Amino acid sequence: MSGYSDVLDSKVPDGPMAEKWTNHKFNMKLVNPANKRKFEVIVVGTGLAGASAAATMGELGYKVKAFTFHDSPRRAHSIAAQGGINAAKNYQNDGDSVHRLFYDTVKGGDYRSREANVHRLAEVSVNIIDQAAAQGVPFAREYGGLLANRSFGGAQVSRTFYARGQTGQQLLLGAYSALMRQVNEGGVELFNRQEMLELVTKDGEACGIVCRDVITGEISSHTAHAVVLATGGYGNVYYLSTNAMMCNVTAAWRAHRKGAMFANPCYTQIHPTCIPSSDPFQSKLTLMSESLRNDGRIWVPDNFDEVRAAGDIPEAERDYYLERKYPAFGNLVPRDVASRNAKTVVDAGKGVGPLKNGVYLDFADAIARDGEDTVRAKYGNLFDMYERITGENPYKQPMRIYPATHYTMGGLWVDYHLMTTVPGCYAIGEANFSDHGANRLGASALMQGLADGYFVLPYTIGDQLAGKLGSDPVPADDPVFKDAIADVNDRTNKWLSVNGTKSVDHYHRELGKLVWDYIGMERNKNGLEKAISEITSLEEEFEKNVRVLGSADTLNQSLEKVGRVSDFFGLAKLKARDALVREESAGGHFREEHQTDEGEAQRDDENFSHVTAWDWNGEGEAQTEHREELVFNEVPLTQRSYK
Amino acid sequence: MAQALSKPGGTKRPEPLRKPIKALPFPLSLGQTAIGKKWLMALTGIGLIGFVVAHMIGNLHVYEGPAVLAEYAESLRTLGSGLFPRGLILWIMRLGLIAMFGIHIWAAVTLNAMNLKATSGAYPGGRDYIAANFASRTMRWTGPIILLYVLFHLADLTWGWWLGDNFVHGDPYHNMDASFNRIPVLIIYIVANVALAFHIFHGAWSMFQSLGINNPKYNMARKGIAAGLAGLILVGNLSFPILNAAGLTDEENRQCPPAAEDVLECLEEQLVEGHG
Amino acid sequence: MNLTLKVWRQEPGQNGKFQTYEAPGISEDMSFLEMLDVVNERLIEDGTPPIVFESDCREGICGTCNLMIDGKAHGPEKATATCQLHMRKFSDGDHITIEPWRAASFPIIRDLAVDRSALDAIQEAGGYITAPTGSASDANLTPVPKEAADSAMDAAACIGCGACVAACPNSAAQLFTSAKVMHMNLLPQGQAERWKRTENMVETMEAYFGSCTNHGECHEACPKEISLDFIALMNKDYVKSKIKNRKLSGQS
Repeated sequence: MSGYSDVLDSKVPDGPMAEKWTNHKFNMKLVNPANKRKFEVIVVGTGLAGASAAATMGELGYKVKAFTFHDSPRRAHSIAAQGGINAAKNYQNDGDSVHRLFYDTVKGGDYRSREANVHRLAEVSVNIIDQAAAQGVPFAREYGGLLANRSFGGAQVSRTFYARGQTGQQLLLGAYSALMRQVNEGGVELFNRQEMLELVTKDGEACGIVCRDVITGEISSHTAHAVVLATGGYGNVYYLSTNAMMCNVTAAWRAHRKGAMFANPCYTQIHPTCIPSSDPFQSKLTLMSESLRNDGRIWVPDNFDEVRAAGDIPEAERDYYLERKYPAFGNLVPRDVASRNAKTVVDAGKGVGPLKNGVYLDFADAIARDGEDTVRAKYGNLFDMYERITGENPYKQPMRIYPATHYTMGGLWVDYHLMTTVPGCYAIGEANFSDHGANRLGASALMQGLADGYFVLPYTIGDQLAGKLGSDPVPADDPVFKDAIADVNDRTNKWLSVNGTKSVDHYHRELGKLVWDYIGMERNKNGLEKAISEITSLEEEFEKNVRVLGSADTLNQSLEKVGRVSDFFGLAKLKARDALVREESAGGHFREEHQTDEGEAQRDDENFSHVTAWDWNGEGEAQTEHREELVFNEVPLTQRSYK
Repeated sequence: MAQALSKPGGTKRPEPLRKPIKALPFPLSLGQTAIGKKWLMALTGIGLIGFVVAHMIGNLHVYEGPAVLAEYAESLRTLGSGLFPRGLILWIMRLGLIAMFGIHIWAAVTLNAMNLKATSGAYPGGRDYIAANFASRTMRWTGPIILLYVLFHLADLTWGWWLGDNFVHGDPYHNMDASFNRIPVLIIYIVANVALAFHIFHGAWSMFQSLGINNPKYNMARKGIAAGLAGLILVGNLSFPILNAAGLTDEENRQCPPAAEDVLECLEEQLVEGHG
Repeated sequence: MNLTLKVWRQEPGQNGKFQTYEAPGISEDMSFLEMLDVVNERLIEDGTPPIVFESDCREGICGTCNLMIDGKAHGPEKATATCQLHMRKFSDGDHITIEPWRAASFPIIRDLAVDRSALDAIQEAGGYITAPTGSASDANLTPVPKEAADSAMDAAACIGCGACVAACPNSAAQLFTSAKVMHMNLLPQGQAERWKRTENMVETMEAYFGSCTNHGECHEACPKEISLDFIALMNKDYVKSKIKNRKLSGQS
């Protein structure tokens, strides 16, 4: 095993866990305020992580260039997070602490995350709330004017802060406003409608990016001392997911192709409570807040090919399978368990709805117990949203739900500084693999994105930049930039000249089906091997038969998509390989071969207590596997059980 | 494509339609911005509504007969007569009114120009209105109608341009009757007053918004107040031609025939005798 | 369902016009944008460049989607962004007119896509509370009355889609701007910059957009039903600021 890990240095500082970050902040090299102006930093992506990092570094005095392919930073998909953000504030005096949040996150991640990173995340979580409140984020308040909390995602303490059902939007608006303040004051230069298509490296170090202006098609080079990727996750490799239509892996994948190792691509979180797809042209799935499981009961009919309406099925012919299998947690089992069980019953042919692709989430008991008004007060807007999308009234008939891809724990491998294996290239937020291990807890994604952006990266980036004092960025007319632009143009011309018969979306949909079927909630060796060969042949067909109309010098959405889907093909193959080599079940990765007698995930800490990071070897070559061994000193390894 | 760099660097934005303003001292600064102008429109609107209401109430004296109406008309000219020369206060009020009209119209015209610049033409596919009502969408037409009518009204009943020999200075009772006896004038009067009511309905509601008068306690009442005010003014003003036609204001059987040389003295005597 | 679409097509730098497309075999469970996806897929297979329209999250929160459907911004369903509008709101045989949003400061990029970055200029002019990272005191040190927090949240629900501008007969951005201004002006944290913020944001707004004549169309079109009350409050703050010159003297 040691043969795998020699190249990955996590740079976790020494010392006791609780002091690592504090000591490290002191030990890092600082950049003198007058010198910060001399360093240029590129931030790609302006979601929670990107906007907060760009704003903070702008405040510190770095010359920051922030890039978004949207018209405005506020449209990044962080905006869609509903539930809340965790912080170890212990305002409720219920025994929460930094250590407990750290412990819960490591355990929730099924012991596949790096302890030191998670501890740091828990430490800075408290600062995030202070920061956001100061920016005017309208968190929910008690009547006394103090912040309200709720318990979320099965946590035993109330540590989740929220702003109605749109915490993501409010936190992003906070980070966005901080960013716009810096834009106004000149600390950050904002490039909107620019899609990053290439990471540029010189002598192995990141020195800039190449972008395409999505409106004019103009290709431009941007140079810097450091490049920060805050470009989100790769959930859209499944085609159907709760991600936004434009979420993609391209920036991360381009960095991977330039030497940034890609870690744990097999870890994907499948969220249990989404609205099932209703027709073959469904473009995305909509998530319903997990809080619905607090009062809703999940069931399927006992009979295969049940045709009666839900209300007509007598109690005796219903299978409340979660309550039956997990009497202690019942409908509140963690996301991965709930998702997998839904798949099991639907695969068995007991699915409900016109396409038999969902399970019931029934509020009849809650309405009978608490009254319709109480249920409306708690979930009214979610019920309205459900009715808007499905045309069914959840007060009268049970909701139909089914799991959908929601978040990706894998991503670019980063060290304790959040730097990838390409020096000078950093990855933050969902784009990196860091803090969630094999499974992310509810209300932790917002926390991690903002922790990285506000409180971690702005410190750690100085350590590396300090060593570059006096050096100018690689000029934009350097051959490395010319080569990168040529690569981008070659790809563009290639896609425009294929002139096949099928749309990009067609291939994306086909790819998504393969990935969902073979690398979805349950994986096995045969399926994964099949996935690799089928994805490869689909990719060949895609390259020969895709049709991209129009030209490169204008807004061309097919052209934008084709590049992204092409990168998804690469990622999908790597994801299958990663799932294949991880001969255990952990969190969002469930291998049928590795389950307990009761059908639960069976970890193999002996052999797989590591991060798998893949190193690019060139087009057409298989990536090389590397490993970072994970050491658990603070949190004892136990098998998760929700019986 | 109006894509341009409006600030140095990478941010792509359309060019602003207006140059940044250089702020003048208060209160001139209010005239430089749309919200300031709307505020001025609201304030002058209040003044003008006040005039319309007072004018209507004053004219209700018509139902007390020609003598009281004439006395009311005379009393306007002698406002503050103990201290000031006859007509001075009236003229000050008139100038104030003209100023309010002027500011109101200037703001409307300049805001309209700003709005025409800000819109890029109508929706060629057509559009639906949900909240905007007839009143709100016709402000830019009811406004000019009212202006033209005011000028007509002054020419007709203050300066007596068209009544000719039939115009008796100082006998509004007669002049009104004479004026309403012409069908076109009647139609103009009704159209203008309907326009006025619509204008006041939207104007009064709009005024609450423009001045920022907003309190959840009575927000619900704002549209009602506006409608009530407009309705009241419409009923009062339309009562004159209607009741005139119905014969309630009787020009035939006056004790002081308007054609008589001494009509004004006659009216005065009537008052002294105490039966208007 | 079988539909007939009248869609605005416009190449950059040229005048646009309506094109008619048949859309047979549409499922009523589709969202409006999925219906357009299907039409586009068919267009691509026929060799016609697909209709350009923008969307991203498709769950009504990012504010990217923007269509004028049958003369209504975001279409016929109240409090619903285009992406959450479903085809069951239409009937078989319907003729649907689809246009881009129109305002001088929303130039058409292509077909149905318009440039709404002028809204960002308003935000940039003052839509923030200066709180550099690390400078914040403990969040519970500043209690916020629940009512103020709730009102601020009502304003902050704005998704920046620009439907208010599209629906306004004057292309005014009052509802957007007032939501952004009042979100911060209502909170204790936002008081220090209250007057400067109001003046700067309003004046930037007026550089790009028309003036409010209180039609109320913006509120009807708003997918988040932002209240017109915020416009009144912003007007009040703006004039207050001008009258007492609070911006310069820093009074609150």
